[in-house]
Amino acid sequence: MGLLSRLKEIFKGKEQEPEKPGKPAAGKVAVGKKPAKKPSDVKVEQKLEGKIKEEKPVVNKITVGHVHMSGCTGCLVSLADNYEGLFKILDDYADLVYCLTLADVRHIPEMDVALVEGSVCLQDECSVREIKETREKAKIVVALGGCAAYGNITRFCRGGQWNQPQHESYVPIGDLIDVDVYIPSCPPGAEAIRNVCVMAYLLLQGTDEQKELAAAYLKPLMNLAQRGTEACGCDLIYDVINQGLCMGCGTCAAACPVRAITIEYGRPNIDREMCIKCGACYAQCPRSELSFDVLNQFEGILEAIDGAMGKGGE
Amino acid sequence: MVLGNYKTAVSARAADAEILKCSQDGGIVTQLFAYALEEGIIDGAIVAGPGEEPWKPEPLVATTKAELLAARGTKYTISPNMMLIKEATRSYGLDKVGIVGTPCQMQALRKAQLYPIAMRKVPDKIALAIGIFCMENFPYMGLETIVEDHCATKMESAVKMDIGKGKFSVYTERGALSQIPLAATHKYEQPGCHVCLDYVANLADVSTGSVGSPDGWSTVFVRTKKGDDVWSKAVAAGYFETKDIASVKPGLDLVTKLATGKIDKNKKTVEERASFGVGKGLRNPYI
Repeated sequence: MGLLSRLKEIFKGKEQEPEKPGKPAAGKVAVGKKPAKKPSDVKVEQKLEGKIKEEKPVVNKITVGHVHMSGCTGCLVSLADNYEGLFKILDDYADLVYCLTLADVRHIPEMDVALVEGSVCLQDECSVREIKETREKAKIVVALGGCAAYGNITRFCRGGQWNQPQHESYVPIGDLIDVDVYIPSCPPGAEAIRNVCVMAYLLLQGTDEQKELAAAYLKPLMNLAQRGTEACGCDLIYDVINQGLCMGCGTCAAACPVRAITIEYGRPNIDREMCIKCGACYAQCPRSELSFDVLNQFEGILEAIDGAMGKGGE
Repeated sequence: MVLGNYKTAVSARAADAEILKCSQDGGIVTQLFAYALEEGIIDGAIVAGPGEEPWKPEPLVATTKAELLAARGTKYTISPNMMLIKEATRSYGLDKVGIVGTPCQMQALRKAQLYPIAMRKVPDKIALAIGIFCMENFPYMGLETIVEDHCATKMESAVKMDIGKGKFSVYTERGALSQIPLAATHKYEQPGCHVCLDYVANLADVSTGSVGSPDGWSTVFVRTKKGDDVWSKAVAAGYFETKDIASVKPGLDLVTKLATGKIDKNKKTVEERASFGVGKGLRNPYI
């Protein structure tokens, strides 16, 4: 509960800002003491408290939104699983301007980075409209997780549990709009989402040197977005083993969230019935894409990220 | 740059006679992990433990010195150590993980830390990554063919295998030694090794291998702050004997020569792959 109440505090404090310039909300409150008619009446008081606590010295934050298509909210939970790291991100680097689960904003606003979770249901008009709107309003569109990137479980594990009987066609967001960055897996690691947020901040607000680093960091994830909207454990066979690139390090077996991969005599053995087509194994494989520009600086980058997260010192 | 970034390079061997008894060369990996385990620098280490078939290693999360000792020595076939990197932090619940691996496995590890797409809770739990020098590796069937057919030795009777001075050597429990020219083993190398651009595990915290040092000793590169911290403490505590690398033969010149040879050859392979077919090429993983 501590987490949730802190989240509320932060978001409510933030939402207050746009209303502030007009007539002070205090008027309403002072007159008040009447029983609240609508939930929003109550919020006004809480918002004031939140705002006082939140002095924000950083003015050049980027804006980030979480757009929820057909997914399980697991990717959002993964973002929240950065715990204090999430607060650090929201305090210093990014405002969460849209997030149906955590922020009370109904319509997709302009934003720097849209983290899109879930695939698009073609029969759901609203989803189709919103994904197009997301592309128009966001500078960078990130497919967050296997569903947004590849359809993942929404494409073949529906089990007849449609929201409505006609809801049957689910496509990765990349089938309808251009996507800039993929973070595959189910769900993507909390730290991977954090790193992309920090790098997006550096890309948009950093010095020239930081921009260069961020661009190099994001490149493999951008290449994944260019690669297509289908993934499967068999990518390892087609694009790594059959290209003569596999050396049997075992990473894919560790990456698989459903343990569909074992290593037999130095090569991945994929149980295709188990595979949920999240794209984790191929994305994590060192022989899918490897950037020496980034990897050779691993110590510095990991320290920098720790520093950005206020950890440092170790 | 073929040797990567490093803070110090030394020639060293373990001080513990028990470790040296069955180690490949200087017993560096076993000794350093044993020290780190004793001092609580790591909670456990992913090593190439014994498998069901002779000389076919299985990755193992070693949490005791006995388990480390059981994993001593080089096995010239694949041990997919990265396979346990997430298990070590989850099923085994380790907060400080040690891992030993080839240069490609160190690349995989650093990619996992920088892009933990499917590596939740892994990035900040890597306490000590030891890399081993590696020219190439053999699939198990390839190794079996080399040892049983070329060297006419049963896999189960081999007690040590070694590559050095241009030869592949197999030692048996009855004291026999069977050697073939290393050139005869090349065709059994796994193809994935031919695009590898790293010989001395440039991305490890500490990397080690026999090349450059006298018999029974290993060359050690200390690369990162973490590596330097562990290594200097271990040396100060008397866990290693060390010699100035400049004073030993053949020294860093040979390491540099072999590293350059491997990298140049494999760079050429990567280039040739780009125009492998007629107007068509093979994929290049490096961006």
